Amino acid sequence: MSTDVIRVHDVSKRFNIHKDKSLKERVVNFRRSQQHAEDFWALRDISFDLTAGSTLGLIGRNGSGKSTLLKVIGGILTPNTGYVERRGRLAALLELGAGFHGDLSGRENVFLNASILGLTRKQTEQYFDEIVDFSGIEEFIDTQVKFYSSGMYVRLAFAVAVHVDPEILLIDEVLAVGDEPFQRKCLERIRQFQREGRTIVLVTHGMDQVRQLCDRVIMLERGVMLLDGKPVDALRAFRERYSAEGELLASETGDARQVEITRVAVTDPDGIHKERFEALEDLGVEVDVIAHQPVDDWAVRLTLHNHEDVLVYEASTKDLIDAPHGRLDGTSRLRLVFPRVPLAEGQYFITASVHPEVGPDHHRLERAAFFKVVTAQRQEGLVHMPPRVQVLTP
Amino acid sequence: MSESGTQTHMATGMGLSSLPHTGLSDQAGLERVNARPSFWRGFGGTVVEIYQYRELLGQLVRKELKVKYKDSVLGFLWTFIRPLLQLFVYSVVIGVFLGSSKAIPAFGIYIYVGLLSWTLFTDILGGCTGSIVNNAGLVKKVYFPRELFPLSVVGASLINFVLQCSVLLVAYGFAQSAPAWSQLGLLPLALLVLVLFATALGLLLAASNVFLRDVQYLVEVTLLLWFWMTPIVYDWTKVHEVLVTRHHLGWLYELYLSNPMANVVLAFQRALWSQGKGTPFYYTDGLATRLGVLVVVCSAGLWLAQRLFARNQGNFAQEL
Repeated sequence: MSTDVIRVHDVSKRFNIHKDKSLKERVVNFRRSQQHAEDFWALRDISFDLTAGSTLGLIGRNGSGKSTLLKVIGGILTPNTGYVERRGRLAALLELGAGFHGDLSGRENVFLNASILGLTRKQTEQYFDEIVDFSGIEEFIDTQVKFYSSGMYVRLAFAVAVHVDPEILLIDEVLAVGDEPFQRKCLERIRQFQREGRTIVLVTHGMDQVRQLCDRVIMLERGVMLLDGKPVDALRAFRERYSAEGELLASETGDARQVEITRVAVTDPDGIHKERFEALEDLGVEVDVIAHQPVDDWAVRLTLHNHEDVLVYEASTKDLIDAPHGRLDGTSRLRLVFPRVPLAEGQYFITASVHPEVGPDHHRLERAAFFKVVTAQRQEGLVHMPPRVQVLTP
Repeated sequence: MSESGTQTHMATGMGLSSLPHTGLSDQAGLERVNARPSFWRGFGGTVVEIYQYRELLGQLVRKELKVKYKDSVLGFLWTFIRPLLQLFVYSVVIGVFLGSSKAIPAFGIYIYVGLLSWTLFTDILGGCTGSIVNNAGLVKKVYFPRELFPLSVVGASLINFVLQCSVLLVAYGFAQSAPAWSQLGLLPLALLVLVLFATALGLLLAASNVFLRDVQYLVEVTLLLWFWMTPIVYDWTKVHEVLVTRHHLGWLYELYLSNPMANVVLAFQRALWSQGKGTPFYYTDGLATRLGVLVVVCSAGLWLAQRLFARNQGNFAQEL
């Protein structure tokens, strides 16, 4: 049994949207604002306990209440009902460089920001060289921060933030900034925090981060807790809820007068419609084409994207079969069967186009079909390739 | 990381922690976040918290001072230029043109002493009013006691005040004069009243400016009015003469004197303007008693202001 460090008890937070800040506006808009004193619940009856040393990811779409929940935990917002209990020192990385003042030098800002995040002056002096070293901007440390590039700004801010020594760390999407090496540095640092047994609550849109960092995920929608569970389940639920929704809007390009794709379907090898596949199952794709005028020069290209819009596969029948496809006249159905598809768990979208040997597509259907792969075994990345594992003892 | 000693208490924690008016649950360490302490008892807790954050307060004061005149060529000299210019204008207009300097000895020192205390007062009020709104970025992102923002303004203003006192020392040198040593005890008392009073008002204004931005303009206008309701550039005997002697409005005169700033300024003059001794302009009526009463009243006011501030601070982040 481990110790709870955060307990959230039935927390609800209501926001009142009225933008009138001056007396005049209030008087002028008095009647209107009385009528339209719009309330909405940013959080509704949220309860959970978090044990020490765990990393919780908060996911949900924009406006789902993730950041509000983080602020309530951090004590920045007071909930309307319910309360939060907490143990130990907390640091909130809600925005890098929130405490920076443009007119002060980097050095002065390090001290100011460190004390905002809860370090004593002595500790800051002790860490100062390390902080500057981590940020990698030694030459500019005595320059006013307003002359920094945004990259330098963020580096310095993060360097300060990670040298704070909290037991609970709240992170709100700060990992989304900076270039690739810097992001790696951030992630490495967070892993170190985890190894040291600190508790982390993380708001993120990056599903990769959730997968890599969290051991628990809470999914919010319109302030309501939809799910509280393992990252795998949460990610699956998140994908199912949001990726399919609205994204299967087949958009057309090209001139459909000559040749047209009328249907794209995902099937099993026998041509029976199917949407959900397990690991290494056979996958069939059917493409119906109709030629309004006879065409000799044609081929069909299939493109596969995953839910993060990463290109997974693309090939054209032009390259798949050497022989000419023959004259296309009227309706034809093309079936491609991919045996033992090694795709990782996720959702996939198929784009099909019919095109001549050289030149622009005759017709193209964007995201015309979709299927998902659910694997029993957890493997990350794009492909699913279960290995034979042997333990070789010397 | 996890303390093994506390684990045994965990099971009993849930029920007890929902008791009203307890900031702490019975478990070691598990603290309620932003618990609303009772209106009557929350003050002490905040004071302790502010003490814990004293280093940050120091940093914020330093920031206030550094940022104020950053990138200006004259820098800190501006701290002196404004009161010196005021001194010059009032000495010429009121002292020479209107002839007050003939009646009031060492008129320059008389005015400067009043301006000194008044500048501290306006610095605190003006700075506090915008302190929460101007630090919106921090208020929305990081938690620490919000009182630190107004308090950092108070700290920075006090440092400015000390610097401006050096002008007075120079003036003493030129005029070959000195403070009224026997009355110098009034000075800390008056300063205490000033700081308590201004901080209490500042807390209220800082909080209300978050909800209604008109407050900052209202403060400007009110301070202008207040300046002329305080015997800084004129002397109290004129008010007494008009109100009491000519119009027999004793109660209005008492009201005029109940202005804490009037008492502070009179005390400053009595302590620092020794040339006035023996002249009718040197206010002598039980000033110490008045200031003593004001300390008590202003302390109560500060307490009340802090409680009101605390009531509303939970909503700052969402209102900004």
